[in-house]
Amino acid sequence: MDLEFNKEQQLLKSSVQDFLKKESPMTVVREMLSDEMGCSKKVWKKMAELGWLGIVAPDEYEGLEGNLIDLAIIMEEMGAACFTSPFFSTVISGIAVNEAGSEDQKKSILPKMVDGKLIMTLATDESEAWFGSPHISTTAAEDGDNYVINGTKLFVLNAHIADKIICLARTSDGEKPEDGLTFFIVDGKADGVTCHMLDTLANDKQNEVIFENVKVPKSSVLGEVGNAWDALEKVKQFASVAKSAESLGGLVSVLDMTAKYAKDRKQFGRPLGGFQVIAHYLADMMVDVDGSRVITYKAAWLLSKGLPAEKEVSMAKSFVSEASQRVTINGHQIHGAMGFCDEHDMHLYYRNAKTTEMQFGDSDYHLEKVAVEIGL
Amino acid sequence: MDYSFTPEEDAFRKEISDFLDKELPSEWFEKFRYTYWEEDDESWEITKSWNKKLGEKGYLGVGLPKEYGGLGGSHFHHVVFEEELYSRGRTPTWIEKNITVDWISPTLLEVGTEEQKEKFVKPAAKGDLVFCLGYSEPDSGSDLASMTTSAVEDGDEFIINGQKTWTTMAHRADYIWLAARTDPDAPPHKGITIFLIDMKTPGITVRPIINMLHSHSYNEVFFDNCRVPKSAIINQKNMGWYVMMVALNHERGGVNFPSHMKQLLGELVQYCKTIKRDGKYLSEDSVIRKKLAKLAVEIEVTTLLNYRTTCLQHKGKKITHEGSLAKILCNDMWTKLAQISTEILGPFVLLDRFSRRAPIHGDMARYFLNAASMGVGGGATEIQRNVVAQMGLGFKLK
Repeated sequence: MDLEFNKEQQLLKSSVQDFLKKESPMTVVREMLSDEMGCSKKVWKKMAELGWLGIVAPDEYEGLEGNLIDLAIIMEEMGAACFTSPFFSTVISGIAVNEAGSEDQKKSILPKMVDGKLIMTLATDESEAWFGSPHISTTAAEDGDNYVINGTKLFVLNAHIADKIICLARTSDGEKPEDGLTFFIVDGKADGVTCHMLDTLANDKQNEVIFENVKVPKSSVLGEVGNAWDALEKVKQFASVAKSAESLGGLVSVLDMTAKYAKDRKQFGRPLGGFQVIAHYLADMMVDVDGSRVITYKAAWLLSKGLPAEKEVSMAKSFVSEASQRVTINGHQIHGAMGFCDEHDMHLYYRNAKTTEMQFGDSDYHLEKVAVEIGL
Repeated sequence: MDYSFTPEEDAFRKEISDFLDKELPSEWFEKFRYTYWEEDDESWEITKSWNKKLGEKGYLGVGLPKEYGGLGGSHFHHVVFEEELYSRGRTPTWIEKNITVDWISPTLLEVGTEEQKEKFVKPAAKGDLVFCLGYSEPDSGSDLASMTTSAVEDGDEFIINGQKTWTTMAHRADYIWLAARTDPDAPPHKGITIFLIDMKTPGITVRPIINMLHSHSYNEVFFDNCRVPKSAIINQKNMGWYVMMVALNHERGGVNFPSHMKQLLGELVQYCKTIKRDGKYLSEDSVIRKKLAKLAVEIEVTTLLNYRTTCLQHKGKKITHEGSLAKILCNDMWTKLAQISTEILGPFVLLDRFSRRAPIHGDMARYFLNAASMGVGGGATEIQRNVVAQMGLGFKLK
């Protein structure tokens, strides 16, 4: 057992850190809040050149064939830097393609994705079904050699610029809501697809996507018809860990930023951190940060080994979600009014923490999964 | 990065598990589960003989070198042994083992003389010796460096006067690991010396302190012109604070508490699956499910934080705040576990162990009472937070 990164992992971590420090300092992060893509095309291209978009894609599709620990390392640093881009939505869609796709689909999609030429996203949530719920009402009806998709998807990351949208739709009604679900790879510019950018807390690029009689060929079915659920569960595990890692990165930055402030800022003749009440807040924040780290990477490690990880994935997402709430609100408390100012970065982390918490299941959602895993 | 135990460590786990299956009589579980904080003469005899049995196999001092009666295992073997032992719930082995074999013995190996190592470590690893820790005093609790028990040099001896308190197992111990002031003029941390003293030395009086569970585990220990030879000094005169820090490093990172909590959580889960309220099993109640799941998450995180400490120790890296950090979460969790169990049991938690209708043998009632001490022993949670703030984050506290 060794809970520290090995040399390669450490190297990846510091190269992501260096890259983001150079290419995406906080001034750029703020500029990019109003950017259509959330990051410049130049940065996106450089990321592709570094191979990050193919971090977990197999070698035969020009990926780096890394594992989930590598992806978590990248996501952690992106979270630490408040970096936004279509990286996550694209990579997680690539994982879906790799998990469920045919050889042809993988060949046509993955190398292009690795190259940075394909922005992708997952469209699963709906107005009455979120956190990866199976109660999907978007339908896909068979029509000759095609399927016709109708329905409205919500919280779809980067759909407005996506080349491919992986849409979860109901192709039949089964005994359980999990039955009869199918993934479709839909062209982002297909007729009948309309995106409305949602005004969100963190200015991340979430969309309402309306599918109105969208005709797709049968060859666009990803995986088996009616059997998307198992693949979705798998993808959700990867996504939950990646999102936990992104949250963790944010918390690391909040702790650093707040500890620094508590050392610099003086009141009553001494630094804030010289008062036990403040020092104890910070100690508790460190418990949350370190706790988030050990459980997130345990889940990532299990997935990297192909071992069962249902319990640990949900433990990670649940713990990190709650830790996020505690760490960010304490960060604000210690920064005082300063942290409430727009020009201060604290609120960017506060916004991002809530955003990642609400993606792929919050604490309550994952605690129910843990309950099942401990025999309840 | 690797979160797994090696096949060899897994095989060792199996060996320990088989040993416990075979050697640990189930009736002991019933006997000792009632005696969380206490022991009577009969149970103490069982504890001693059981620890000797563990000592014969080398398990008691699993991490100690073979020449000193241990098994020569790694830090991970120690973790595996503790996890297996404490996942059985309350066994005859308890705090006396941690004090004697896990904390003091390795400290002796690090800072003691060859003679002291020979004299103390081997019998300790065999279960033939028990130590107690003489740290706290009536006026020196969290502010330990302010201790006033004095040791004054007189020829080849020191004369000790003063009082220690909360001394766990002093009434059973063969030796006391005593911190006393040898230089009253030096700054508080620099005038303390550690002595290892035979409890039968004239001038030592032990008086029981009965805790709120009506149990006897704490004591007051009085020193009245108690004369000890200079050879009782551990390391050097006035180096006591350093020696205590070495010992503290061995005290940190224990996995026994999370293992025990996991076992208790399992009992609560089983309870919820068998007990109905308003016609529905408690396990179907979404609020209860969430509470128990949350405990499971935090127990796992505590376990992993302890593993992290073990990994650092295993690599020979210096531990600073990591053990305290895990202890903050661990202390909170004991309290939460106790409170949540009361919420789940409802009025049944009020039934103590001898009640005919007490669920889970009244364990939870006892744990609820115990919870009042969980954030206090081994350095209060606030002290652990100070350590994390100072050592982990670089703050200077007044």
